[in-house]
Amino acid sequence: MANNYDAIVIGGGHNGLIHAAYLARAGKKVVVLERRHLVGGAAVTEEIVPGFKFTEFSYVVSLLRPEIIRDLELPKHGLTILPLPSTFTPMDNGDYLAAWDDHDKTRREIWRHSPKDADAYDAYSRAMARMAMAVKPILSMIPPDPTSLSPKDLFGLLKLGGHAGSLSEKDFHNLAKLMTMSAADLLEEWFELDPLKGTKSASGIIGTFLGPRSPGTAYVLLHHYMGEIDGAFRAWGFAKGGTGGISNSIASSARALGVEVRLNASVAHVIVKGGRAVGVALENGDELYAKTISSSLDPKRTFLKLIEPRHLPDDFLTAIKRYRTRGSSGKVNLALSELPDFTALPGVGPLHRGAISISPSIEYIERAYDAAKYGDLPARPYIDSILPSMIDPDMAPPGQHVMSCFVQYAPYHLNGGWDDAKREAFGDSVVDTLAQYAPNLKRAIIGRQVLVPPDIERITGLTEGNIFAGELALHQLFFLRPAPGYTDYRTPIRGFWQCGSGTHPGGGIMGANGRLAALEVLKG
Amino acid sequence: MLLGTPFHARTQPLNEAQVWRRWSGYLAAGAYELTHEREYWAIRNAAALIDVSPLLKYHVHGPDAARLLDRMVTRDVSRLGVGRVLYTPWCDTEGKVIDDGTITRLDAQRFRLTAAEPNYRWLSMNAVGLDVTVEDVSSQVASLALQGPKSRLILNACAADSLDGLAYFRVTHTRVGGVPVTISRTGYTGDLGYELWCDARDAVAVWDTLMTAGAAYGITPTGILALDIARVEAGLIMLDVDYTSAHVATIPEQKSSPFELNLGWAVDLKKAARFVGRKALAAEKTSGSAWQMVGLEIEWPNLERLFWEEGLPPRIPNTTVRASIPLSSLGRQVGYASSSCWSPLLKKYIALAHVEAAHAKPGDLLMFEIMVQHKHRYTPARVVPLPFFNPERKRE
Repeated sequence: MANNYDAIVIGGGHNGLIHAAYLARAGKKVVVLERRHLVGGAAVTEEIVPGFKFTEFSYVVSLLRPEIIRDLELPKHGLTILPLPSTFTPMDNGDYLAAWDDHDKTRREIWRHSPKDADAYDAYSRAMARMAMAVKPILSMIPPDPTSLSPKDLFGLLKLGGHAGSLSEKDFHNLAKLMTMSAADLLEEWFELDPLKGTKSASGIIGTFLGPRSPGTAYVLLHHYMGEIDGAFRAWGFAKGGTGGISNSIASSARALGVEVRLNASVAHVIVKGGRAVGVALENGDELYAKTISSSLDPKRTFLKLIEPRHLPDDFLTAIKRYRTRGSSGKVNLALSELPDFTALPGVGPLHRGAISISPSIEYIERAYDAAKYGDLPARPYIDSILPSMIDPDMAPPGQHVMSCFVQYAPYHLNGGWDDAKREAFGDSVVDTLAQYAPNLKRAIIGRQVLVPPDIERITGLTEGNIFAGELALHQLFFLRPAPGYTDYRTPIRGFWQCGSGTHPGGGIMGANGRLAALEVLKG
Repeated sequence: MLLGTPFHARTQPLNEAQVWRRWSGYLAAGAYELTHEREYWAIRNAAALIDVSPLLKYHVHGPDAARLLDRMVTRDVSRLGVGRVLYTPWCDTEGKVIDDGTITRLDAQRFRLTAAEPNYRWLSMNAVGLDVTVEDVSSQVASLALQGPKSRLILNACAADSLDGLAYFRVTHTRVGGVPVTISRTGYTGDLGYELWCDARDAVAVWDTLMTAGAAYGITPTGILALDIARVEAGLIMLDVDYTSAHVATIPEQKSSPFELNLGWAVDLKKAARFVGRKALAAEKTSGSAWQMVGLEIEWPNLERLFWEEGLPPRIPNTTVRASIPLSSLGRQVGYASSSCWSPLLKKYIALAHVEAAHAKPGDLLMFEIMVQHKHRYTPARVVPLPFFNPERKRE
């Protein structure tokens, strides 16, 4: 039977593809069903303006697991991760703060502003790296539930405890603080420079509907350092071809392993018989059957859209309904005839090959959050931008450029709702903000694409446009993601599994979710 | 002071850390930026501009030019057409490699030979009785390698003639920046790439033209450190690193035959000309070689585990290690790696290694020595076919 498989994977994002590839590697007959005309989910590259390739949603990679790169032989299938070596933060006084790709240069740069912070910068980096080492094993295991007495959980806790045990007392206290503090409070313990604190705090709020002063945001700062301790294997940077390049390499590997990838195949619902998932029905009426069915969609979409509520226990349904997916970020992709010329550091230089961060202070970002908190658009948003064409010349015609701007905040629930005028106003606010630092930007724009949370939801399917398929807040991480008792990728329905970013260890192009879920499915 | 190359006026100010390596008595940039990472990626993702002027270059011309070269090298020069290039080793009478390089047939009676070490004396000794002139033109000819997927586009944007028709290992004559330049489709990176040869007095004009035309394609001045990673990925050996010249070796064990360097394909025992080392090489071909040069992939999971056991993240050198690293099998040393590096492209720890012939099959497992927190450790490495990286664009 053509429509009978060992496993059906719903959603062709990076986790769905990785999940499918691991199942196929174990000899299973697997099909991936992707609603759109291309694979990748939120990791796609499209030529929106002719000749200009936009890495539309996600734009960098930092934690793609080395074991996945190895097992699926992704470099052979085209995965190339290029360095993104610096961060440039223009300041409102006309100066700038930069972190370059050289320790001495960065130290001298920070020293120029604050000798105290120049020293603290090194100490902070070392402390964060040590803590990241202690926490990192959790990325490659199912998080143990501390309330459980099952041997599996106890063993897991022991294993984690072993790693944490290598920390000094001081580091351990720092780790406890990190788990509970706000990014702002933590950074204020270390630094005095506003642009330094602002830029660092931003990595704590990306993808969440929280501000740098919200408790719990400090932990996410640690994710930034986890990538660095993979040593030479480090997968931090810009993927050749944009993040769509990553998806294509995974799809190529999956296909080579025998996975069938069906595009334009939108799943209407999961067929459940006798408490067991047995197949899926497509929007076009086709039905496919398999022993196991895995959803890489976010938990809300998976359990509230694809499954009839009667198949799910009440407490689980309630937990999923409460699972927070408030979209908070937007994306502005620009096609440029020339590079933005920053008044703080004129000319073409190394700054154009790294991140350009509009984060002059914590207060700046917190004020942007204040607006969003009450359903308004911030006048001056936080922006993290890169120029992919400076790193990968294939992204734009020779001599021309693409600019990717990640923007926060753009609340999904905007006062009065989103419409075209508000979307364009949002795009204008981003361009206006950048143009304050690089005045030639406006005349350089050949084309632009503005994506706000409802667009992200419409195109990728992510509920409320949340880029991590559910916020990376402590109450939704580890043994609580996506719901207590269901962190091992199982669901209340037999034969039905979850494998997307809404599961442990969370969002970003990590792939651990898809892999760990596949290993669980294979255990049976 | 060592000599600057003809490009020194341009390369010197670009060298941010003033890191220079010695190459045949010249200064060669190690890396222009403070890390060689971006330069490496230019080779694989954009275009790298590498000053290779220190290469030794000889012009061999006269009625017997082809006969001289054919007498000296292991490949058949008589069949090399005008406008073609070949790569070849050359040996002593015992069939042990003296050096390796390229031969370009510039016209019927005129050749250019490149070499890593001085070979003027060896050429002269072999020229006895022949009507041929050998000139050392090393300092008169400046050379630049332009390597990487965008190299052809850059040359097409600035050369007087299109490079579209120039096949792999062919050479053409054109003008760049208004001066005469010979361009060969050759290189030391295993990627799409070209080498440009011009009069040393025109060097700066050629450099400036390429840099201007290449700006839109990500052209990047690139030093020896990045090149050294690319050439290992391409499985290309280096004299004094991966083998010792038979002319320099103190003891016989230091010498290698072409067969032992994975260059058996470049030994033409059927060619008409008698050549130096032929008898010994024919005998070795029959009896088999004691050693083989192989590719190795050092397996990562165990290496990472050894570091984690010490509480450390895995740490390996980020440049090519040009030092001998012992390889063992069942506790007995059976070879050594001569060049090893982390390949950022392949995401693999790779090495070029000499192993006893019995351990040279792809898939064979050897133990590779590493230092972990000042302790000697052995970690598994697998023999793999060479080269590690061989993109279609190299020959397309």
